[in-house]
Amino acid sequence: MTEIIGRARRLGDDINTDYIISSARKKTTLDEQILKQYLLESLDPAFASSVRAGDVLVAGKNLGCGSAMEVAATVILAAGIRAVLATSFARSFYRNAINNGLLPIECDTTEILEGDALMITAGPDGTSITNERTGRCEIRPPLGGIAGAILDAGGLVAYLRREGRFVPLGRT
Amino acid sequence: MAFRAARTQLYRMPPQTIAEKILSAKCGRLAHAGDVVVCDVDLVLGTDASAPMAIGYFERMGGPGARVHDPSRVAFALDHYTPQSESESTAKFHAQVRAFAREQGVRVFEVGEGISHQIIVERGIVRPGQLIVGADSHTVTCGALNAFATGVGSSDLAAAMLTGQLWLRVPETMRVTLRGDRPAGVAAKDIALAIVAMLGGDGAEYHAIEFVGPAADSFSRDDRLVLSNLMVEAGAKAAIWEVAGGVFADAGARCVRELVVGIDRLTPRVALPHAPKNVVAIADAVGTPVQMVFLGTCTGGRASDLRDARAILERGGGRIADGVTLVVTPVSSDVARQLEADGTLPALARMGAVITAPGCGACCGTSGVIPDDGMTVLSTANRNFKARMGNASAPIYLASPAACAAAALSGAIADPRTVRAGP
Repeated sequence: MTEIIGRARRLGDDINTDYIISSARKKTTLDEQILKQYLLESLDPAFASSVRAGDVLVAGKNLGCGSAMEVAATVILAAGIRAVLATSFARSFYRNAINNGLLPIECDTTEILEGDALMITAGPDGTSITNERTGRCEIRPPLGGIAGAILDAGGLVAYLRREGRFVPLGRT
Repeated sequence: MAFRAARTQLYRMPPQTIAEKILSAKCGRLAHAGDVVVCDVDLVLGTDASAPMAIGYFERMGGPGARVHDPSRVAFALDHYTPQSESESTAKFHAQVRAFAREQGVRVFEVGEGISHQIIVERGIVRPGQLIVGADSHTVTCGALNAFATGVGSSDLAAAMLTGQLWLRVPETMRVTLRGDRPAGVAAKDIALAIVAMLGGDGAEYHAIEFVGPAADSFSRDDRLVLSNLMVEAGAKAAIWEVAGGVFADAGARCVRELVVGIDRLTPRVALPHAPKNVVAIADAVGTPVQMVFLGTCTGGRASDLRDARAILERGGGRIADGVTLVVTPVSSDVARQLEADGTLPALARMGAVITAPGCGACCGTSGVIPDDGMTVLSTANRNFKARMGNASAPIYLASPAACAAAALSGAIADPRTVRAGP
C-alpha cells in the first residue's frame, strides 16, 4: 500500500520529456541530484526550487511525449515527487515511470488546480485519488499484468532481480 | 475434407495486422491487439545518450559478472555527442559505452558513423518482420523496412540486453492510406507533417500505424523512413510499411481507424513553434525571418534530402542570405561519402554552409551548432519543442529540405516551388 499526501503541481497538455529535463542538460551529467535543479526549466525556471517532497505532478493529455529518455522519470523522483497524474501518457514515459517506481496514474485531471491537496492511496485493489478542495474521490483500477508486477516490485531492477526474466501473464 | 480443413484453418487464424503477425512470431503464440506478450527481440539498439544509463541498470539487474544475453543482437551508436562537446562528460559516456561493449562483445558504431537507426538500415541489419527496440524514440524509423521497431527507455533496453526479451502490449492498428500522385515540390516531410497535424500529438498513442495504398509503392526508401520516423510525433508505437518479401496484413485485419490522406493536392508544410503538430501550409508562414537553417537529422539528412536542398540553392543562385547560418549535418558517414562523391557537400561548402560530422548534430542541443538568443531556426528535424536545440529563446520551425534551402537563400521562410533561376 502506497500513501501519498501532497500538493498538486499543475501542468498542461503535451508536456514533452525535453521540458521535464532538457537533452542539453543531460549531456553534462546523469546525476539526478544535480539535474533536478533544472526540472521543467524550459517552462518555468523557478519551478525546481519551488518543489517540495511529496508534490504530485498533474498534467493534461500526452504527458511525457517526445524523447524516450529515462532521466525524465528519474529526475522527477529525485525531486521528491512520487506520483504523476495525467489524462493520458506517452507510452515510453509511462514505461519509464513504472520501471523506476514512479507511480503513473491515468485519470481525469481537469478539475485539479495548482496547489490542491491530494491524497493518493495505491494498493492491490486499485488507486484512489482524493482532492481535498473539491471532495472528489476518483478510483482507478490496479495496473495489472507485467506492468503491475514491475510497479509492485518497486521497479524493473527489483523485478528482474527477483524473477530473472519477464514472466508472461497471459491475456489481460 | 479439404473444405473442412480450410474452415479449421480460418477458425484458428483470425486475420491479423502486420503488428500482430510480427509480435505473434516473436512471442511464440497467436497474439492480438490488447494482449500483453513477452517477445524475443531481434535487435537491441542503444546510443551514447541512452546506453550509459542502460549499462547502470544492466549491472544492477544482473549483478556482478552479468552477461549480455546475445551480443550479436545488441549494438550501440555514438551519435548524439558527435564529437564530444565542451563538457568532459560526453567523452566519459563514450568511454563507458566502448568499455562495456568490448567486455561484452557488443558492436559499437563510432563517433561520426551516423545516427543509430540510419546505420542499421544502411548496412542491411534491419530485415522485414524483425522486432527492434531502441533507446531512442525515433527507432520507429525502421518500420519503413517492415520491422516492428519501437523506442524504449534505458531500463527496458537493459532488460532486453540481459534477457533477450521485452514485454509489449500488442497495439491496435491505424491504417494510413496514401492516395493520389505526389505533386512536384512536395516532399515526404510535407506529407508526414500533414499526417501528424491530422492525428495530433497523441492521435496514434499506443497504436501501430500501417502505411498502405497504391501511392505507398511510389515512395523511395528515404521517403518511407521519413514518414515512419515522424509518426512518433503523433505517439505511434510503430509505423510499418508493407514491403516485398515482408509481412503483410491479412484481408479483414482489424484496424481501429482508417486515415485516408489525399496527397495529390498537398502543398509544402511548416510546423510552427513549439510542437511538431502545429502545422500550417507554408503560405501561412512565408516571410518569417530566419537566422539559422539546419539541414540534417533522421528526417532531413539523407542523400536525397541534401540533393533536394542543393538543387533549390543552386536554382536560386547559390548565395546564402546575409545573416543566415546554414548548418549541414549528413545523417551518416555513408551518406556523407555519397554526397562528397557527387559534389553535393563540396557545393554546399562553397556556398558557405557549415558542414558538421554525421550524427544527430544540432537537433537536440547535444552537439553541433546551438542557436544564439533570439535566433529563429528553420530545420529539417522532427522536433521543435521550446529549447529543443539548447536555447529556449530560439524558436524552431520545421520544414522539408527544399523549404529550408529556399529560406537559406532569402533569409525568410519561402515556398521552395517559387524559387526561380536568378539573374
